[in-house]
Amino acid sequence: MSGPRIALTAGLITLAVVLQTSVLDSFAWRGIVPDLALLVVVGVALVRGGEFGMVTGFAAGLVLDLAPPADHLAGRWALALLVVGYVAGRVRQDARPGAAPTATTVMATVAACSFVGSSIFALTGVVLRDPAVGIGELLQAIAISLVWDLLLAPLVLPGVMAAFRRLEPTTR
Amino acid sequence: MVLLNPERINRRGGLERPDPGTPKRPTVVALLLACAVLLVLDLTGPALTPARRLVGEVLGPLESGASTLARPVTSIPDRFHSQSALRRQVGRLEDDNAALRQQVATAGFDRNRLAEYDGLTAAAQNIGYAVVPARVVGYGASQSFSRTVTIDAGTSSGIAPDMTVVNSAGLVGRVLRVTRTTATVLLIADADSVVGGRVGSSMEVGFVHGTGNLGTGDLDLELLDQTEIPAEGDTVVTWGSSKGAPYVAGVPVGVVDSVYANVRDSTQHARITPMVDFTSLDVVGVAVPSGTKSDRAIIDADGRLK
Repeated sequence: MSGPRIALTAGLITLAVVLQTSVLDSFAWRGIVPDLALLVVVGVALVRGGEFGMVTGFAAGLVLDLAPPADHLAGRWALALLVVGYVAGRVRQDARPGAAPTATTVMATVAACSFVGSSIFALTGVVLRDPAVGIGELLQAIAISLVWDLLLAPLVLPGVMAAFRRLEPTTR
Repeated sequence: MVLLNPERINRRGGLERPDPGTPKRPTVVALLLACAVLLVLDLTGPALTPARRLVGEVLGPLESGASTLARPVTSIPDRFHSQSALRRQVGRLEDDNAALRQQVATAGFDRNRLAEYDGLTAAAQNIGYAVVPARVVGYGASQSFSRTVTIDAGTSSGIAPDMTVVNSAGLVGRVLRVTRTTATVLLIADADSVVGGRVGSSMEVGFVHGTGNLGTGDLDLELLDQTEIPAEGDTVVTWGSSKGAPYVAGVPVGVVDSVYANVRDSTQHARITPMVDFTSLDVVGVAVPSGTKSDRAIIDADGRLK
């Protein structure tokens, strides 16, 4: 792992978390904001693969878990985004070698990752009773965040992926 | 597990070099364990508080800065908040406002009423009569040109016609008619009202006529003795009648404002500013003989409620 890559990832994570917690909440729909950090993790994993995706996911989740408004158990978002990084990395792995993923693939990945990430976060909450919410509310939150992520993905992902490609052209 | 094989056969049957980005088992295990450790740490105690504080110290300023910078943008959804929402809010605030205003308004009213009852007690002591407290519940219409009010006490409270009505400031008028629960009071400001008055400093007597004007409430004192000229600021009190009807003695009526001579009938007059503000009458007292039976508490001449 090179220094610039780590620096870029750290910067993106910080930016995503800050925007997500302070700016996007004004656009929240029923209190649910787009998961910028999740999108960043998906983008990183799609370009750099599962391993780096998982580490990025863990780091981003950890920041989300500890950043000021958060009051849930630390580690829930870390676990969720870790899995997101893995899933997105698998998509890259399974794609045709040497080819950039198509727009459809990217959107499908975002949808899958958003669903998986929100679900894991929600399910850990249910398992650990932190805060105990009803299943209906839970499903609604997952659905809305899925819509949000799909809406924001075209705005965020191309930039993220292009930045990582230019920084370190893939060796494959 | 695919994840662990250094090489694998791809779909086209060729040998494929492992993807350099494929997660390695130790990394996966380490990360999952880290998550578990975090969860357990946070679940069992405040071990993560320093970490939270550290992240907060770093990200907090960034967040508030971003929030400030983005305020012009983030305020856009507020503008799209429909008019109906704003209107609802305005309605709610107006309701709140009205309720609070009413509280404020009635607070002053209640305080004033308490002060009036207090004053009435003092007035009862001053005039040496028992008084029945009552409230003004209606003003006579101005277009009828008689200055009368209705009070909420009648015969059942021991009130009879030709009784003196006072309030904490001074003389209000006299009872004209009574029903069982109400009484009509003729104010001394009425143009038909004549009260025997005495200038306090010289014991000079005269007649206090109303002028029919409630707003300024000026009264006119016609003096019997042409030679005595009252000084400005002298107090005029009732001189009283036998058995205290219609006016008991010694109730303050007003203060001499100016003195003038009527050339036509060569009489001395004084303009009297009444003690009572006729436009804001509320609690009044009807002077009744001591020992009157009443359905409500009577303020006795010694100031006690009976």
